[in-house]
Amino acid sequence: MARAEITALLNPRLAVRKRIGTVAYVIFIAAILIGLAGLASLLLRVLWQGAPWLSLHFLTDYPSRFAEQAGMKSAIFGTVWIMGLTGLFTVPVGVGAAVYLEEYAPKNWFTRIVEVNISNLAGVPSIVYGLLGLAVFVQILALGRTVVAGALTMSLLVMPIVIIASREAIRAVPSTYREASYGLGATKFQTVKDVVLPHALPGIMTGTILAMSRAIGEAAPMIAISALVFLTFIPTDPLDEFTVMPVQIYNWVRDPRPEFHGLAAAGIIVLLAVLLSMNAVAIYIRNRTQKRSEE
Amino acid sequence: MTTTEATATDTTLSVTGLDMYYGSFRALRDINLEVTRNSVTALIGPSGSGKSTLLRCFNRMNDLIPGARVEGQVLFNGEDIYHPSIDPTEIRLRVGMVFQKPNPFPKSIYDNVAFGLRINGFRGNMDEAVERSLRRAALWDEVKDRLKASGLTLSGGQQQRLCIARAVAVQPDVILMDEPASALDPISTLAIEDLMRELSRDYTIVVVTHNMQQAARVSDWTAFMTMGEDRAGYLVEVGDTHQIFTNPRDERTEGYITGRFG
Amino acid sequence: MQLSRNRKRGALQGRIVHWLFFACAAMSVITTFGIVASLLRESLGFFGEIPVWEFLFGTTWSPILKDAEGNRHYGVLPLVSGTLLVASIAAAVAVPAGLAIAIYLSEYAPDKVRRLIKPILEVLAGIPTVVYGYFALTFVTPLLRSIPIQVFREDLIVYNALSAGLVMGLMIIPMVSSLSEDAMVAVPRSLRHAAYALGGTRLEVSLRIVVPAAFSGIVASFILAFSRAIGETMLVTIAAGATPRLTFNPIESIQTMTAFIVQLAHGETPHGSLEYNTIFAVGLLLFAFTLGMNVLGHFLVRRFREEY
Repeated sequence: MARAEITALLNPRLAVRKRIGTVAYVIFIAAILIGLAGLASLLLRVLWQGAPWLSLHFLTDYPSRFAEQAGMKSAIFGTVWIMGLTGLFTVPVGVGAAVYLEEYAPKNWFTRIVEVNISNLAGVPSIVYGLLGLAVFVQILALGRTVVAGALTMSLLVMPIVIIASREAIRAVPSTYREASYGLGATKFQTVKDVVLPHALPGIMTGTILAMSRAIGEAAPMIAISALVFLTFIPTDPLDEFTVMPVQIYNWVRDPRPEFHGLAAAGIIVLLAVLLSMNAVAIYIRNRTQKRSEE
Repeated sequence: MTTTEATATDTTLSVTGLDMYYGSFRALRDINLEVTRNSVTALIGPSGSGKSTLLRCFNRMNDLIPGARVEGQVLFNGEDIYHPSIDPTEIRLRVGMVFQKPNPFPKSIYDNVAFGLRINGFRGNMDEAVERSLRRAALWDEVKDRLKASGLTLSGGQQQRLCIARAVAVQPDVILMDEPASALDPISTLAIEDLMRELSRDYTIVVVTHNMQQAARVSDWTAFMTMGEDRAGYLVEVGDTHQIFTNPRDERTEGYITGRFG
Repeated sequence: MQLSRNRKRGALQGRIVHWLFFACAAMSVITTFGIVASLLRESLGFFGEIPVWEFLFGTTWSPILKDAEGNRHYGVLPLVSGTLLVASIAAAVAVPAGLAIAIYLSEYAPDKVRRLIKPILEVLAGIPTVVYGYFALTFVTPLLRSIPIQVFREDLIVYNALSAGLVMGLMIIPMVSSLSEDAMVAVPRSLRHAAYALGGTRLEVSLRIVVPAAFSGIVASFILAFSRAIGETMLVTIAAGATPRLTFNPIESIQTMTAFIVQLAHGETPHGSLEYNTIFAVGLLLFAFTLGMNVLGHFLVRRFREEY
């Protein structure tokens, strides 16, 4: 076949291909608009239905059979309790695991298993953690349907997030810092404690906040632990019963009366506001450290 | 009109007063160059002198970089390739390119060669066209029994010849080569150089190279570039390769080819 | 003398610290062990009374209510079909939309646009699922019912698989789009340049070079998102109903595996009873489903990373 023959057999149809390209571009933009429109209508729907129900007494009153008197005080306090204890349990263990994997772990089969295991744990459905908590903490350890059982369950649920984020933060500490520390005669533990962790701290904090914002919205495992209790007191002790905000919202959503949907929406606004401020803090920390490291 | 036709017969690419910018940075300044049909033209010069940038002006690859723009004129067979009515896709079909590092697609050897033909609606016998291109790139005998194997299974030198076969398949008029042998061992490099000589009987080849022996060995014409105080690359001297290497007119060219700087 | 004693104490301290950190890392393995052990332990009680094959292949699920002859039925297929139905609807939304968004962000979007749109879409992944349940039940279902076609206006009931699936699709879009985009961004630029240099249009370069090169990463994003959809609980509990039914009709009320667990786990089910054990048998099945998909997904992500 001669060269000119091949050229003659080409049929580039550039105009058609360009038009197909334009159609595809429109489809891509439409996909983004679907995502954005979904998000916007969700937020607007919540605001529109929930705003009339928001008031100070909504935050300071206990739930009630009467929509007008209902508030989420017990859920807010329950959430504060659960988050506090979850943080207390998760951060030391999660950071410890990250330090082990980044600084201590030998390259062997056990380390490999731990790593694969952590990434798989992150994908286990949250309701399965609820069953774990129900079987182990509530029943076998006989903690009952208490704050501490809920917090332990939640800790296991968000532990992979803290470990993964902390590992990234620790990995990002330049190895020259470690070498300098060893050069000064520091032990491994001193290097980790005085050099690695302080430099990784912002990253660890950001990861922890992300883990907490996952935890704060989890309803399913808390239902499995705490049951759908109708609480008119706030927990004062880790062995008290509790409810949390998303469970309270669920209770209101499944009530067929429309005014309770309004309460649910108001509860969602409170929940989203808390989430928003947590993320704002995380972004603030990240931006501040980025600026500092650029200086 | 007659002058355009005259240019079209012996000059494939004709560059006049070309300036090239990345945003506000001027990367090329006032380039004037004629590329002769069915010959090898080598672009030589120190790093940063804009050789690759100039090469990428010939098939509008610089269009892919946000903020890149060109002033001046590049005529391809007498046609202004930067004219608003021209689709860069069409230019790239007729001005092929081979890159510094071999970059076969993660597809079979066959599919690599067939890619350009397929997207451009080739209606002939695909097997024949693929075979012909692989023969052209002196690769056929080495791969004819494993056309279904991934292009990534080949050695570096074979991969680069596959990329040449891929570029040749759509029968461009010009093949641009951006340091095509710099990532290869000496034996593969010689094979690529032989191939360039062979291909230049039918194709116009513009090759960027750091290697002056290579330029001297393969090219008919040599253009020497360097960069000014403002870091903009410009053309110092163009001429017959023999003349440039034995009797350069400009002392900067002489300094470079004798290894005094660069 | 002083020095060597300090050093000895330092070595002992170092070993203790080493083991403490090791214990933290071992916690994750213990957690997995705990999950498997507790699911198996309670499930064994269940399978002591109900044969495995009856559970896996039975087509009627009514573990609480007795039928006319006074029998309970433990065939899990209706829960499985309900789960797959909702997850498939979600995938039908999220796979094309997520892939289109990923192609746009990776191949088309200017840097500024990408940096604006990505975080906004990530918000979708951060919203608690109970909120999506509320949205599906109080907004999407009424919206669907306002469509003037008989199927929607008259036959669609309040709790249905369709609206739960659609909203779940919205929820997992960012999972598909960000994982797929990661895979596409990792495709070497030189491959794109080669394709452009052969006269490819942007769409052709995207669809014929970048997408195939990133294929295993993209498939992994589909699998991981589907696994997420299967394990998702509150959204389906709120919006998809509590009617275990072996159907693939999206306008009907169904029950998923997760919704069944929530339904019974929050009742004061006595520990050790058959009902209690039933939750764990379903939980075990759910765990097996999601674990299998996650392992496959992560395998594909790794394999794809090794290619370049």
